[in-house]
Amino acid sequence: MSKFYQWINERLELDDAIKFAKKKRVPIFYGTVWYYLGGVSLFLFAIQLVTGILLVLYYQPGAETAFESVKFIVSKVEFGWLIREIHSWSANLFILFVFFHMFTVFFAKAYRKPREMTWITGMLLLVLGLAFGFSGYLLPWNELAYFATKVGSDIAGAIPWVGEFMLRVLRAGDEVTGATLTRFYGIHIAILPGIFTVLLVMHLMMVQFQGMSVPPEIEKIPEEKRKTIPFFPDFVLRDFMVWLIVLNIIALLAVFFPWELGQKANPLVSAPAGIRPEWYFMFMFQTLKMIPAHVLFLEGELFGVMLFGVGGLIWFFVPFLDKKSHMGIRSRFWTWFGIFLVVYIIILTIWGYLV
Amino acid sequence: MIPPDAPELNINQIEAGTFSDFPKGSSKIIRMGRIPVIVLRKKNGDFKALEATCTHLDCTVQFKTDTEQIWCACHNGFYDVEGRNISGPPPRPLGQFNVTLKDDKVIITKQELA
Ligand code: HEM
Ligand code: FES
Repeated sequence: MSKFYQWINERLELDDAIKFAKKKRVPIFYGTVWYYLGGVSLFLFAIQLVTGILLVLYYQPGAETAFESVKFIVSKVEFGWLIREIHSWSANLFILFVFFHMFTVFFAKAYRKPREMTWITGMLLLVLGLAFGFSGYLLPWNELAYFATKVGSDIAGAIPWVGEFMLRVLRAGDEVTGATLTRFYGIHIAILPGIFTVLLVMHLMMVQFQGMSVPPEIEKIPEEKRKTIPFFPDFVLRDFMVWLIVLNIIALLAVFFPWELGQKANPLVSAPAGIRPEWYFMFMFQTLKMIPAHVLFLEGELFGVMLFGVGGLIWFFVPFLDKKSHMGIRSRFWTWFGIFLVVYIIILTIWGYLV
Repeated sequence: MIPPDAPELNINQIEAGTFSDFPKGSSKIIRMGRIPVIVLRKKNGDFKALEATCTHLDCTVQFKTDTEQIWCACHNGFYDVEGRNISGPPPRPLGQFNVTLKDDKVIITKQELA
C-alpha cells in the first residue's frame, strides 16, 4: 500500500470507511435500474450546489436589482448563461428524478419495515426540493414568477388557522414585494440547503446501514440464489457512468433549449395570459382551476388546499398505513392508490398545458 | 422573524389622470396606497373603478374591451363590468371605488368616504 494512503489511513481510519462502503451489496434483477434514480437525484443536487454558489457571486436580490443582475449574468458574465441554464435545467430534472425515485420505491414497497424512516426523510427531501423550486422561481423577478408567487403564497394563506400567519411570513408583509424577494433568496440559498443537507445525510446513512431493499417477490427467493454485486466499487462506478450521461443531457438541454428570462415584474401590470407555475405544481394548479368557487359551504380554494393536505399526509404516512407490507404481502389497495396518483398527476399536468 | 406591521398608508383619494387619458374602452391600473385599482371607461363613456386584485388568488385583473368584462388570466376568472364575479373560480365580487370628474381630472376615492 502506498505510503500516502497509509499516512492518511493512520489519521482518518479510511479502512473503516471503505469497509462501511463495501458492506452493502446491490441486488441484480429486473429492478436494478431503479437503484440509479436516487443516485441521479443526488448528482443533480450536487450540480445545484455548485452552479448555485456560482450564481450567488453575481446575483443581487431586490426589486430593482434582481432582474437586472440575472440579465447581466446571462449577457455579460463569461459563461454566465451556461451556469444559469444548467441551474434551471438541473433544478427541473432534479424534481423529475426525485418523483421517479419516489414512485419506483413506492411500487417496490421499499418503504415497508424497517425502512419507514427512509421513506419519511425522502418525503421531507421532496418537500424541500419543491420549496427550492418555488423559492428559486421568484428570484429572476420576472412577470411569470411574480404572479406565480402571488398565487402560490395566497394558496398558503388559505390553510386553516395558520394560513394568515404563513402568508405574512412567506411574503414578509401583506404583498409580494422586494422584501419577499430578499426573503425567498435567504430561504433558497441558506435555509433550505442547510436543512436539506442534514436530511440528505440521514437518508443516505439509512440506505447504507440497511442495504438495498428488494420487492417482496424477490425477497422470497432464498438468499444464496439471489445475484448481487458489491456497492463499492462496482455499483458506484456504474453510478458514475449514468451521471456522466445525465451531465451530457443537461449540457444539450442548456444549449439548445434555453429558459427565457421574460419581462421584469411590475405590480401595476395585469397578469398576462399564460401565467403558470413550474410544471411540477401544474397538477395542483389545474385542480384548483377546476374546483368551483364554492364547494358545499367551503370556498373552493380552501377545499383544494384541504384535499391536497389530506392526500399529502396519507402519502407521507404510507409505511404505517400499508400494514400488509410489513408481512411481505403486496397490498392491492395501495398499489392502485399509487397508480391512481400517477395517472392523476400525468393527466392533470398535460391538461394544464393544453388549456 | 415575523415581519412588522406596515403602517396603513392613509390615502383615500388619488388622481388617475386626465379625461383625455381615457378614451372609450380603455383602462389603467393605478395604486391607492397598497391597493392596485383598475380604472376603466366603458364604450358608453361611463367610468368605473374597481379593486384590481382578483378575489380568487390575488392576480391582477384586466379589462377586456371587446366583451366589456373583467378578466383574470391566472385561472380564467370573469367579472362583469360592475365587478360582480360571473364565472370561473373567483368567490367574491371586486371591491368598489368611486370615480368623480373634476375639471378634466379623473379622481378615485375610497367608497366609505364618498
Ligand atoms: C445550495 C444550493 C443552491 C444555491 C446556492 C442556489 C442559488 C440560486 C440563485 C442565486 C438563483 C438566482 C439566479 C437565477 O435566477 O438564475 C437561483 C435560481 C433558481 N434556483 Fe437555485 N440554488 C440552489 C439550489 C437549488 C435547488 C436544489 C433547486 C431545485 C429545485 C433550485 C432551483 C432554482 C430555480 C428554479 C431557480 C430559478 C432559475 C431562473 O429562472 O433563473 N436551486 N438559485
Ligand atoms: S387569481 Fe384570478 S382567477 Fe385565480
